[in-house]
Amino acid sequence: MRVRVVPFARIREIVGSPRLEREAPDGATAGDVWNGLALEFPALDELAASTRLVRNGAFVDSAAALGDGDELGLLPPYGGG
Amino acid sequence: MFCDIVDEPLELEPLIRAVRTGAMGGLVTFVGYVRDRSDDDRPVDGLSYEAHRELALEALRAVGAEAETRFGPARVAIVHRIGELGLGEAAVAIAVAAAHRAAAFDACEYAIDELKRRVPIWKKERYVDGESRWRENAG
Repeated sequence: MRVRVVPFARIREIVGSPRLEREAPDGATAGDVWNGLALEFPALDELAASTRLVRNGAFVDSAAALGDGDELGLLPPYGGG
Repeated sequence: MFCDIVDEPLELEPLIRAVRTGAMGGLVTFVGYVRDRSDDDRPVDGLSYEAHRELALEALRAVGAEAETRFGPARVAIVHRIGELGLGEAAVAIAVAAAHRAAAFDACEYAIDELKRRVPIWKKERYVDGESRWRENAG
Protein backbone atom coordinates (compact mmCIF):
# COMPACT_ATOMS: atom_id res chain seq x y z
CA MET A 1 0.00 0.00 0.00
CA ARG A 2 0.99 3.64 -0.37
CA VAL A 3 1.00 6.11 2.48
CA ARG A 4 1.37 9.86 2.26
CA VAL A 5 3.59 11.29 4.99
CA VAL A 6 3.11 14.94 6.01
CA PRO A 7 5.95 16.15 8.26
CA PHE A 8 5.79 19.47 10.12
CA ALA A 9 8.38 22.01 11.25
CA ARG A 10 11.68 20.45 12.32
CA ILE A 11 10.73 17.06 10.88
CA ARG A 12 9.90 18.61 7.51
CA GLU A 13 13.34 20.20 7.43
CA ILE A 14 15.05 16.94 8.33
CA VAL A 15 13.30 14.99 5.56
CA GLY A 16 13.59 17.91 3.15
CA SER A 17 10.02 17.86 1.85
CA PRO A 18 6.49 18.81 3.00
CA ARG A 19 5.09 15.57 1.58
CA LEU A 20 6.51 12.09 1.03
CA GLU A 21 4.96 9.03 -0.54
CA ARG A 22 6.09 5.72 0.94
CA GLU A 23 5.34 2.09 0.13
CA ALA A 24 4.43 0.04 3.20
CA PRO A 25 3.44 -3.62 3.56
CA ASP A 26 -0.24 -4.39 4.27
CA GLY A 27 -0.85 -4.23 8.00
CA ALA A 28 1.89 -1.68 8.59
CA THR A 29 1.37 0.62 11.55
CA ALA A 30 2.07 4.31 12.01
CA GLY A 31 5.11 3.28 14.05
CA ASP A 32 6.39 1.07 11.21
CA VAL A 33 6.28 4.00 8.79
CA TRP A 34 8.04 6.21 11.34
CA ASN A 35 10.75 3.57 11.88
CA GLY A 36 11.30 3.31 8.14
CA LEU A 37 11.75 7.06 7.89
CA ALA A 38 14.10 7.08 10.88
CA LEU A 39 16.31 4.61 9.01
CA GLU A 40 16.36 6.91 6.00
CA PHE A 41 16.86 10.03 8.12
CA PRO A 42 18.84 9.19 11.29
CA ALA A 43 18.38 12.76 12.59
CA LEU A 44 14.77 11.76 13.35
CA ASP A 45 15.94 9.41 16.10
CA GLU A 46 16.04 12.04 18.83
CA LEU A 47 12.43 12.97 18.00
CA ALA A 48 11.06 9.44 18.24
CA ALA A 49 9.70 9.76 21.77
CA SER A 50 8.30 13.27 21.41
CA THR A 51 6.67 13.19 17.95
CA ARG A 52 2.89 12.94 17.78
CA LEU A 53 1.32 10.89 15.01
CA VAL A 54 -1.81 11.93 13.14
CA ARG A 55 -3.70 9.55 10.85
CA ASN A 56 -6.09 11.29 8.45
CA GLY A 57 -6.46 14.26 10.80
CA ALA A 58 -6.82 12.39 14.12
CA PHE A 59 -4.15 11.63 16.73
CA VAL A 60 -3.17 7.97 16.92
CA ASP A 61 -0.52 5.96 18.72
CA SER A 62 2.27 4.14 16.98
CA ALA A 63 0.37 0.83 17.00
CA ALA A 64 -2.41 2.26 14.80
CA ALA A 65 -2.80 0.33 11.54
CA LEU A 66 -2.60 2.26 8.30
CA GLY A 67 -4.53 1.64 5.09
CA ASP A 68 -3.78 2.33 1.46
CA GLY A 69 -3.95 6.06 0.75
CA ASP A 70 -3.82 7.08 4.42
CA GLU A 71 -2.12 10.31 5.37
CA LEU A 72 0.28 10.22 8.31
CA GLY A 73 1.11 13.57 9.92
CA LEU A 74 4.31 13.86 11.97
CA LEU A 75 4.13 16.57 14.65
CA PRO A 76 7.30 17.39 16.62
CA PRO A 77 7.06 19.09 20.07
CA TYR A 78 5.06 22.30 19.95
CA GLY A 79 6.41 25.83 20.22
CA GLY A 80 3.39 28.10 20.02
CA GLY A 81 2.82 31.23 22.08
CA MET B 1 -15.79 31.84 22.30
CA PHE B 2 -13.70 33.16 19.46
CA CYS B 3 -10.58 31.31 18.29
CA ASP B 4 -8.56 31.76 15.13
CA ILE B 5 -5.20 31.23 13.42
CA VAL B 6 -4.34 34.16 11.15
CA ASP B 7 -1.60 35.29 8.78
CA GLU B 8 -2.01 39.01 9.42
CA PRO B 9 -0.92 41.32 12.26
CA LEU B 10 -2.99 40.87 15.43
CA GLU B 11 -5.32 43.46 16.86
CA LEU B 12 -6.61 43.24 20.41
CA GLU B 13 -9.75 45.35 19.97
CA PRO B 14 -11.79 42.75 18.06
CA LEU B 15 -11.01 40.17 20.75
CA ILE B 16 -12.15 42.53 23.49
CA ARG B 17 -15.34 43.27 21.59
CA ALA B 18 -15.93 39.53 21.15
CA VAL B 19 -15.86 38.76 24.89
CA ARG B 20 -17.42 41.82 26.54
CA THR B 21 -21.02 41.67 27.71
CA GLY B 22 -23.03 43.56 30.28
CA ALA B 23 -22.54 40.72 32.77
CA MET B 24 -18.74 40.86 32.62
CA GLY B 25 -17.17 43.18 35.19
CA GLY B 26 -13.54 42.14 34.64
CA LEU B 27 -11.52 41.82 31.48
CA VAL B 28 -7.95 40.49 31.23
CA THR B 29 -5.81 40.45 28.10
CA PHE B 30 -2.53 38.75 27.30
CA VAL B 31 -0.37 39.52 24.29
CA GLY B 32 2.80 37.58 23.46
CA TYR B 33 5.35 39.59 21.48
CA VAL B 34 8.51 38.71 19.57
CA ARG B 35 11.44 39.57 21.84
CA ASP B 36 14.80 40.85 20.64
CA ARG B 37 16.72 38.24 22.67
CA SER B 38 16.38 34.47 22.94
CA ASP B 39 16.19 32.71 26.30
CA ASP B 40 19.92 32.04 25.99
CA ASP B 41 20.52 35.71 25.18
CA ARG B 42 21.18 35.55 21.45
CA PRO B 43 20.11 38.62 19.45
CA VAL B 44 16.92 37.69 17.60
CA ASP B 45 15.93 39.00 14.18
CA GLY B 46 12.41 37.53 14.10
CA LEU B 47 10.30 34.40 14.45
CA SER B 48 8.68 32.07 11.94
CA TYR B 49 5.52 30.31 13.10
CA GLU B 50 3.69 27.49 11.41
CA ALA B 51 0.67 25.41 12.43
CA HIS B 52 -1.22 22.27 11.64
CA ARG B 53 -4.13 24.57 10.96
CA GLU B 54 -7.01 22.13 11.37
CA LEU B 55 -5.72 20.49 14.56
CA ALA B 56 -4.49 23.80 15.97
CA LEU B 57 -7.96 25.32 15.63
CA GLU B 58 -9.49 22.24 17.20
CA ALA B 59 -7.06 22.42 20.14
CA LEU B 60 -7.51 26.18 20.53
CA ARG B 61 -11.28 25.71 20.74
CA ALA B 62 -10.89 22.96 23.33
CA VAL B 63 -8.60 25.17 25.44
CA GLY B 64 -10.99 28.09 25.05
CA ALA B 65 -13.99 26.00 26.08
CA GLU B 66 -12.20 24.77 29.20
CA ALA B 67 -11.08 28.28 30.12
CA GLU B 68 -14.68 29.47 29.81
CA THR B 69 -15.98 27.09 32.47
CA ARG B 70 -13.12 26.03 34.73
CA PHE B 71 -12.92 29.12 36.95
CA GLY B 72 -16.56 30.16 36.73
CA PRO B 73 -18.36 31.50 33.68
CA ALA B 74 -16.06 33.43 31.38
CA ARG B 75 -15.87 34.41 27.73
CA VAL B 76 -12.62 33.74 25.93
CA ALA B 77 -11.06 34.86 22.64
CA ILE B 78 -7.70 33.48 21.44
CA VAL B 79 -5.96 34.33 18.17
CA HIS B 80 -2.51 33.08 17.15
CA ARG B 81 -0.60 34.51 14.22
CA ILE B 82 1.56 32.35 11.94
CA GLY B 83 4.08 33.21 9.23
CA GLU B 84 7.07 35.53 9.44
CA LEU B 85 7.04 37.93 12.42
CA GLY B 86 9.41 40.79 13.10
CA LEU B 87 10.65 42.11 16.42
CA GLY B 88 7.91 43.60 18.57
CA GLU B 89 5.09 42.02 16.61
CA ALA B 90 2.35 40.14 18.45
CA ALA B 91 2.30 36.37 18.02
CA VAL B 92 -0.66 35.56 20.23
CA ALA B 93 -3.48 37.58 21.76
CA ILE B 94 -6.00 36.44 24.37
CA ALA B 95 -8.92 38.29 25.91
CA VAL B 96 -10.97 36.90 28.79
CA ALA B 97 -14.01 38.51 30.37
CA ALA B 98 -15.72 37.31 33.52
CA ALA B 99 -18.06 38.69 36.15
CA HIS B 100 -15.10 39.35 38.48
CA ARG B 101 -11.36 39.70 38.02
CA ALA B 102 -10.17 36.50 39.73
CA ALA B 103 -11.85 34.22 37.19
CA ALA B 104 -10.66 36.38 34.30
CA PHE B 105 -7.01 36.31 35.46
CA ASP B 106 -7.10 32.57 36.12
CA ALA B 107 -8.80 31.72 32.83
CA CYS B 108 -6.37 33.90 30.86
CA GLU B 109 -3.34 32.24 32.44
CA TYR B 110 -4.88 28.81 31.86
CA ALA B 111 -5.51 29.64 28.21
CA ILE B 112 -1.92 30.67 27.42
CA ASP B 113 -0.39 27.82 29.45
CA GLU B 114 -2.54 25.19 27.74
CA LEU B 115 -2.04 26.77 24.32
CA LYS B 116 1.71 26.39 24.68
CA ARG B 117 1.31 22.78 25.78
CA ARG B 118 -1.45 21.47 23.52
CA VAL B 119 -1.78 23.48 20.31
CA PRO B 120 0.22 22.23 17.29
CA ILE B 121 2.04 25.42 16.40
CA TRP B 122 5.80 25.60 15.85
CA LYS B 123 8.26 28.44 16.21
CA LYS B 124 11.64 28.99 14.63
CA GLU B 125 13.89 31.71 15.98
CA ARG B 126 15.88 33.60 13.40
CA TYR B 127 19.01 35.20 14.77
CA VAL B 128 20.79 38.37 13.77
CA ASP B 129 23.85 36.30 12.79
CA GLY B 130 21.78 34.47 10.16
CA GLU B 131 21.34 31.17 11.99
CA SER B 132 17.97 29.84 13.02
CA ARG B 133 16.65 27.24 15.43
CA TRP B 134 13.32 25.54 16.25
CA ARG B 135 12.25 26.33 19.79
CA GLU B 136 10.09 23.97 21.78
CA ASN B 137 7.89 24.74 24.75
CA ALA B 138 8.72 23.05 28.03
CA GLY B 139 6.64 20.03 28.95
